[in-house]
Amino acid sequence: MDLKAWLLLLEGAWTTVWISGIAIAIGISAGLLIAIIRRQAIPVIDQLLALYISLARATPLVTLVLFLFLSLPAVGINLDKHVAAILALTLNTAAFNAEIWRSALNNFSRDQHEAAQAIGMTDWVFFRRIMLPQLVTVSLPALVNEMSFLIKGSPAIAIIGLVDLTRVTNRIASVTYDPLYPILGAGLIYMLMIGVLVKAQSLAERHARRLAV
Amino acid sequence: MNEWSIIWQSREPFISGFLKTLQLFGISALLGLLLGVVLLYLLEGQSNWLRKGLGGFINVMRTVPFLILAYLIYYGLPQGGLRLSADLSGLIALTLYHGAYFSEILRGQRLVIPKGLVEAAQAHGFRHHLVFLRILLPNVFMSSLPLLGNQLIVCLKDTAFLCIITVREVTAAANSVQSTYFIPMKAFLVAILLYWIISLVIEYGIRYLTRFGKQRGFSHV
Repeated sequence: MDLKAWLLLLEGAWTTVWISGIAIAIGISAGLLIAIIRRQAIPVIDQLLALYISLARATPLVTLVLFLFLSLPAVGINLDKHVAAILALTLNTAAFNAEIWRSALNNFSRDQHEAAQAIGMTDWVFFRRIMLPQLVTVSLPALVNEMSFLIKGSPAIAIIGLVDLTRVTNRIASVTYDPLYPILGAGLIYMLMIGVLVKAQSLAERHARRLAV
Repeated sequence: MNEWSIIWQSREPFISGFLKTLQLFGISALLGLLLGVVLLYLLEGQSNWLRKGLGGFINVMRTVPFLILAYLIYYGLPQGGLRLSADLSGLIALTLYHGAYFSEILRGQRLVIPKGLVEAAQAHGFRHHLVFLRILLPNVFMSSLPLLGNQLIVCLKDTAFLCIITVREVTAAANSVQSTYFIPMKAFLVAILLYWIISLVIEYGIRYLTRFGKQRGFSHV
C-alpha cells in the first residue's frame, strides 16, 4: 500500500472525525437539554420526548440517515449530505445521552439543592456552579462510551455518498484491485481512534471515583 | 394513487426483507450467544496464551466498527481465495462481532459470582466442565439478561449495516421501494416500524426470561 493510498485513508479519517466530532458536541448538549426538560414533567412534551427516545434507540443509523436525507426534501427542507449525516448522528446520540444524563440527574442528592436554597443561591447559579460540574464528572465515563459507539456507527454515513474512512477503502480498491490492505489500514486507524477514547474513558472513571462516597 | 396503497402493493420486497432481517438476526444472535458462552469457558481455562489470544480478539472486536469486519469478510477474503456470498459474510461478521460482546458481558458478570459457589460445587465433586455448565453458566446468563437484551438490540440494528454490502434486508427493501415510487417518508417509516416491532419482541422476551429466572431462584445469587 503506497503513500497515495495512506493519504486517501487519512482524508477519509478526517471526514469521519469532523462529522463525528460535531455530532458528539451537539448530541451531548442536546441530551442534557432533553433530560432537564423531561425532569420538569410537562404533560404532552414529556410523552413526545419519551417516544422520540424510544424510537431513536430502536432505529438503525443507516435507516435514520437514509430517512432524513431522502424524506426531508419532500417537506421542503433540502439538506446538504454533510448536514443530513450530522443531523442523523446527533438525533441518535442525543437520545442515548438523554438517558445517561437522566440517570445522573436522578441520582443527584437533594440536600445540596436545599443547602444552596438556604444560603440564598438562585436556581441558575446553583445549577451552573454546583450541579453541572458534579453531573459532568459522574456521567463522563458513560458519555465517552457513547462517543465511541458513535464513531463505531459512523460508517453508516457512507450510504448517502459521504466518503468516510470505511467507504474510502472501496475507492482505493477500485484503483488498486487490492481491497485487503486498505481495509486492514482503516481498521487500524479506527482502533487508534477508539483506543484513545477508551483511555479517556478509564481516566474519566478514575476521576469520577474520587467523588464516590 | 394513495401512497399507502403503493406501499401495500409493493409489500413483496418489504416482506422478504423483513424475513431476511429476522433470519440474519435470529441465526447470528443464537450463534453469537453460543460463541460468547464458548469464549467464556475458554477464558476460564488454564492455558495462558489461549486466554491472551482470545482477549486480544475480543479487544479488536470492541474497538473496530462492525462494517469494517463485514468489509473484511466480504471484500477482503476473496483476495486470499475465499469468496463468500453477501448473506453468509454478513452472518459470519454478525456472529463474530456480537459473540465477542456477549462474552465480554458474560465475563463481567462471572467476575462478581461469589467464590464460595464454585468452591462448594468442587467440594461436592463437580468437575471443571460440569461446574461451568451446571453452576456458573445458568447463574451468569440469568443475571446478565438486561445487558444481553441491550446487546441483542444492537445486533438487530447492526443488520441494517449489511445493506451497504448488498444484503437485501429491510433497509435495502425500503430504499428500493422509495427510489422506484418516490415515496421516501412512508417507505422508511414502515422500515423503522418493522425494526421497532422486533426490538419490542426482544424486550418482552427478556422480561419474560427475567420473570422465569426469578421463579427458579436465580435472583438469589
